[in-house]
Formats: sequence, C-alpha cells, structure tokens
Amino acid sequence: MNAPPPPLAPTGRSQTAGDLLEVSMGPHHPSTHGVFRMNVVLDGETVVKLTPVFGYLHRNHEKIAEKNSYLGSIPYTDRLDYICSMTNNWAYVLSVEKLAGIAVPERAEYIRVIVGEMTRLFNHACLAGFLLQDMGALGTPLMYAFREREKILDLFEALSGSRMMCNYMRFGGCRCDLPEGWPEKAARIGAGFESFLDEFEALLTGNEILRARSEGVGVLPRELAVNAGVTGPGLRASGVNYDIRKVDKYGIYDRFKFRVPLGERGDVFDRYMVRILEMRESLMILNQALHDLPDGAIIDPKVRLRNLRPKAGEAYGRIESPKGELGFYLISDGGPIPYRYRVRPPSLINLTVLEDMCMGHTIADVVIILGSIDIVLGEVDR
Amino acid sequence: MQTLEQIKDRIAAALPGARLAVIANASPAGQPSLLLDHEHALEAARFLRDAPELRFDYASNATGVDWPERTVKERVKVKKMIDGVEKETEELAERKIPGCLEAVYHLYSMELGHGPLIIRLRTGNRTDRVTLPSLTPVWRSCEFQEREIFDLFGIVFEGHPDLRRILMWDGFEDHPMRKDYAPAASGEAKA
Amino acid sequence: MLGLGILKGFMETGRNFCGSYYDPERLTTVQYPEERLEPQANARTIPFLIYDGSDPIGGLRCTACTICEQECPAHCIEIVKDTAKKPDYLGKMQLHPKVFDIDTAVCMECGICAEVCPFDSIKMDQVFERAGSHRRLTLHKDDLSKSNEYYNKIHPAEAAAVDAARAEEQKKAQARKAAAAVPATP
Repeated sequence: MNAPPPPLAPTGRSQTAGDLLEVSMGPHHPSTHGVFRMNVVLDGETVVKLTPVFGYLHRNHEKIAEKNSYLGSIPYTDRLDYICSMTNNWAYVLSVEKLAGIAVPERAEYIRVIVGEMTRLFNHACLAGFLLQDMGALGTPLMYAFREREKILDLFEALSGSRMMCNYMRFGGCRCDLPEGWPEKAARIGAGFESFLDEFEALLTGNEILRARSEGVGVLPRELAVNAGVTGPGLRASGVNYDIRKVDKYGIYDRFKFRVPLGERGDVFDRYMVRILEMRESLMILNQALHDLPDGAIIDPKVRLRNLRPKAGEAYGRIESPKGELGFYLISDGGPIPYRYRVRPPSLINLTVLEDMCMGHTIADVVIILGSIDIVLGEVDR
Repeated sequence: MQTLEQIKDRIAAALPGARLAVIANASPAGQPSLLLDHEHALEAARFLRDAPELRFDYASNATGVDWPERTVKERVKVKKMIDGVEKETEELAERKIPGCLEAVYHLYSMELGHGPLIIRLRTGNRTDRVTLPSLTPVWRSCEFQEREIFDLFGIVFEGHPDLRRILMWDGFEDHPMRKDYAPAASGEAKA
Repeated sequence: MLGLGILKGFMETGRNFCGSYYDPERLTTVQYPEERLEPQANARTIPFLIYDGSDPIGGLRCTACTICEQECPAHCIEIVKDTAKKPDYLGKMQLHPKVFDIDTAVCMECGICAEVCPFDSIKMDQVFERAGSHRRLTLHKDDLSKSNEYYNKIHPAEAAAVDAARAEEQKKAQARKAAAAVPATP
C-alpha cells in the first residue's frame, strides 16, 4: 500500500484562521468505529466545521463484483457491513431475483426473515453497547450485548458454517436447510434475549448520565432527514414513518404483525430508544416466523446458481437492513457477470448529515453523535 | 403511483421544451426509466420533488454507469442493383453506438410511499463532454453519491457544493469504475 | 429521583456478577486453549481434497475439471491438468490434477468451491489453528489431501449422504456394465 495519505485539510488551510483549532480525528481513533477520519474545526471545544474523510477501507467492491459471477459476489457482500452479513446477502439475492425473475420457496422466505431479524437484534444491541462505550461506560453494556450476540452467532455457525461471514443465501432460496433442533434453540435464545433486553433497559434507559449526555444532542430535523436520504432507525427517530419492511413488504413481511417505533425529537436518545424498541418488535417477528415456519424445499430446484445469465436489463432491490436502506442496483447485459453492480450503502449516506448534527456541539458529543448514526466502515468505503 | 408515461407527460406539460424519453427495461423487474436532458434536469427534479401528487422527496440511490463505444452487428435489408435488376438482400451491417457516461437516480416518496422512479442523465461522450447538472441542490442525499460518481466514473457535476474525490486519494488520476480502466503497473491495485 | 437510574444499573451489574458464579448463561467465556468448544458440524475453514483408499495422491477424487478454479470468487485455486487418465470410481476415464494449489492468504473460506464441485472432491475443513513458524501460505496437493474417513469425522451427516449417493451411483454403473457384458438373448 503505497498510497500517499490524503492531505490534512483537503479544502484548503484558510479555515483555521484566528483562534480556531483544526483536529484530525481518526482514522485510528477508537470512537470512529473503524478507519474513519473527521477533520473537525473547533472554537474552544465547540465544533464549527466538520469534514468527513473516507476511503481508508476502499477496495472497490463494485469493480470486483463486475469481474465475478453472480454467485461469486455473495461472499463479498458478507464483507460490506461485516456485522450483518445475513442482511447483506439478502439484499443482494433479492436484487438478483428481481433481475432474473426467480421465485423463492416459502420455507426459505421464513428462514430469511428469521436470520434477518436475528441480525437486527444483535446489531442494535451491539450498537447500544458501542454507543454507551463512547459515552464512557467502558465495557459493561457492550460486553453484555456481545454475550447475547455470541449466542446468535453460534446459531449462525450451526446453520451456515461461519459465524460472521455466513455466505448463506442464494438466489432462489438458501444454501442449506436448518440443522436438527435449530428452530427450538432459536426460540430459546429469542426468549433469553427478551429478558436480556429487560435487564439492558434497567441498566441503561433510566440512567441519568445517559440521559444527560444524549437528550437534545445531535438533533436531526425531520425535513433534513428525508432530504438527506437518512434511512433506518436514524430516520424513524426523527419521526418519519418509513420502514421498507412495511413500505415494500419484500419477502413475506406482510404476514407478520409488528409496529414501527418512532421518535419525536430526533436526538441521540431517540435514536438509542428507537433501536431498543425495534429489538422488541424484531423479537415479535422472530417468534411469529418460528411459529409459522413451514416445511418444504429450501431452494428453487430450477435455479442455476452457476452460470446464471439473466436477460439484459436492470433491477434495483432494497431491504431494510439494520443500518437503513441497503440496495443493490444490477445491470445485466445477458452475460454471466453483472455489467454494473452498485451497492447503495446506508452507512455512507447516513453520514451526509453528520456535520449538520454536530454543529455547535462539543467534541465529546461528536463521538456519541457518530456512534448513534451506526456506521460500519466496510460499507462506507466498500 | 402514476405510470412513467403519465409522469413524463406531466413533466412535459410543466416544463415546455424538455426533451424526455422513456427507456424500457427488458428484465422481469419491470423498472423502466426516464431520460432527462441537461438543461431541464434540475427543474424537472424540483418538479418531481414538489408536485403534490408525485412528491418524490427521497433520492435513494444515485450511481454512474459507463457505456463505452460499441459496435452492434445487425442484419439490414439493402436494395442492390444486381445485373440490372433491383433486388433486396440482407446484409450484415455494423452500427456504432457512441459511448457515454450515465448517472442514474432512484427516487422514492416517503410521504406517499411510492417508487421507484428512475431517472437518468447522459453525458455527451466519455472524454471531454462529461458535465452533468448536479441534483444535490434538490436532494442532499446525492451529495456523497455524486462525489462518488465523480471519483469513480469521472462525471463532473455542475452545481455540486463540494465536488472532490471521496474514496480514492486526491492525487489519483484515473476513474476506476470505467470499463477501460487499467490499474497502473506501479499502483497498488493489480488485476 | 436523581441517582436512582444509576443505582438500578449497579444492581443489574451486581446481579450479573453474582449470577456468573452459578448461571452458565451469564458466564459464556471459554478458557481457550485449556478448554475447547466442540466444533459445529457445519463449521468451515479452508478447503481440502478427499481421497479414497490409502493413497493420498493416487486416490484423489479430483478430476481437474477446474470448475472450482473458475468459480472461486477470490481466484485462489490453481489447477494444472495431468495428461494421463485414470479410471474413477465408476470406471470412467478421468483426468487428474498435476498441480492443485490453494493460496490460503487469499482464500476467504466461503465454501463456494465445495458447493460447485460435481465430484464431491473438495470439501471444507475445520482446522483453525494454522499458525506456524513458516511463511508458506500456498498449500499444495499433498497438503490438501485428506482421507474420506477424516471427512466422515468432521462432517458426519453430510459425508454419510455423499457416501450413500456415490455408492448408489457405483451400483448403477456396475449394473449397466453387467447388462452390457451379457449378450442380449432373443
């Protein structure tokens, strides 16, 4: 890697005139959740300008995918948002299914919902843990969240063979069927997660320090959130009722009863709270899906995994990933590799409003505002 | 949601002189798109966002596509004089499709819950006429995505507030997502 | 009351602390390497090649068809075909690999090679302690070759299904051969 480092102030030096101080935060700052850098201009402790700098983890995922077969891109999607590989798989296979017109057996749809909601559970739990770590609660909440995540990852390993890089879904269904006893184990862990959430909330939600640090901090107004394309819990915390599971009803989401939690003020606390409430709704979906799980085929037997050649055309498919709207835009020219492969990364686009949210707050608040957006650099930089 | 034809007619009525074209999509996804011209793109985008029954307030995805110049071979019927008699024969003719860069936007409406509406903009060619109007003034969500298109495809967006490279470093010269991109021999990326 | 939330939080922490002494759900740490978890039946790490019989090279199931080489998303497999043909378990003449290398520095353990292999020859291993004092990251044919018994040990259910399917095919092939050998009587 001989790339010259990006210059410190890409927009010029004039911004540090007077008593302003320019701080380069990251790329190895522990609170930036990866290799993310912000050029923060400070007046005392107050932020007056913030420029995010990307690209430290850029590997041109899209170009790699345009040289690989449709099947060969699935393991690469695992590595986008490396916490939620299952939902990444899902968004990609959904787009390929749209592009090639492939139907999915019912059992596979249910399994997708189950693993997708489990992914949302541990993503939100970990995010809450990380956010608290950023506020100074070093370790404890994060370790409790990781303990629960570990149990779900064990389930994923039993199912797909790998804990994090699952590579589990295929266009037309899923790769393999559930092992013996898996649904029962999943139901048990789901029930355990419920009591974990009660504990977690007792530990955190009423905590005075959490409230003092997060209420009124990093407010994202509703209009700005919509205009800037913020999606996921961050958008709903600003009071916009937009959940793709409800809007698109992709897969079989119209069969489940669940509510969409909304925030009022759009501050860091609302973003935290929306995620906690979403976990409870995810548990409801999980229980319904485990209860209704039908028997049957796991993958459409007619589908060609190798050498899939969709008709020339294009398709955009999107799902509600734990981070927001994860979309894949594919163009086929009739050949075995996609002509154009584009990931719509929710993490990157949610960062558009980082500066607006941080403006006027202290540098310590920048850390928790960034933490409440929930980014993963594997997806931001691709 | 209204059909794409209806939306096209509405834009044409609101913006006289706008050159619009519907681009069909053969895939089962059935997502046809609307090609806008440069002069009216920004106005059309504002119209799509603000018209009360359209309200495409959310630009979800913005991306580039590279279409290098290609030649298509097709059978053409030609009239020829053979031995003094005019005859119709089939001949293989080559047709050149000029290359261009394309920006594709996927629009949804959060207020009304419909979408996607796909709009496209095309540059004149792939070398010197690569300027397109930026839609960031209408939808802020395009800010980073247009920067990414500029970085990886080399489309210059006019009216973008902060058009710099986003993923590649500042001294980098080529545009890696173009189809003819060749990694430099000394560069870090090897095929 | 100010401070109540913090007090409640301390109680929660205390409950977890005390609970970790008797409740295995609260103390999930495993003292590796003294203690080990049983590997899951589906767990996968790098690929390996299966051989039948006792000869790790001669008994390889691989027919050098190069499907895995083409499908590998990271392009970490390199195969060179041998020119000589040998009969396989069905009696068909098949090619064999002269070179079969996997660059484990590139391999991302996705399992697509095992998924696309039509000869049940390449499967996913469960070895994860691969650190060593050498720098050799490219594994050759003889490093990769492992017996069918080993496969049965690590993935019992999957291996049993594969063995059954192969036995079935073999029986059919023998029946066909027998039918061809007996001259048809009017």
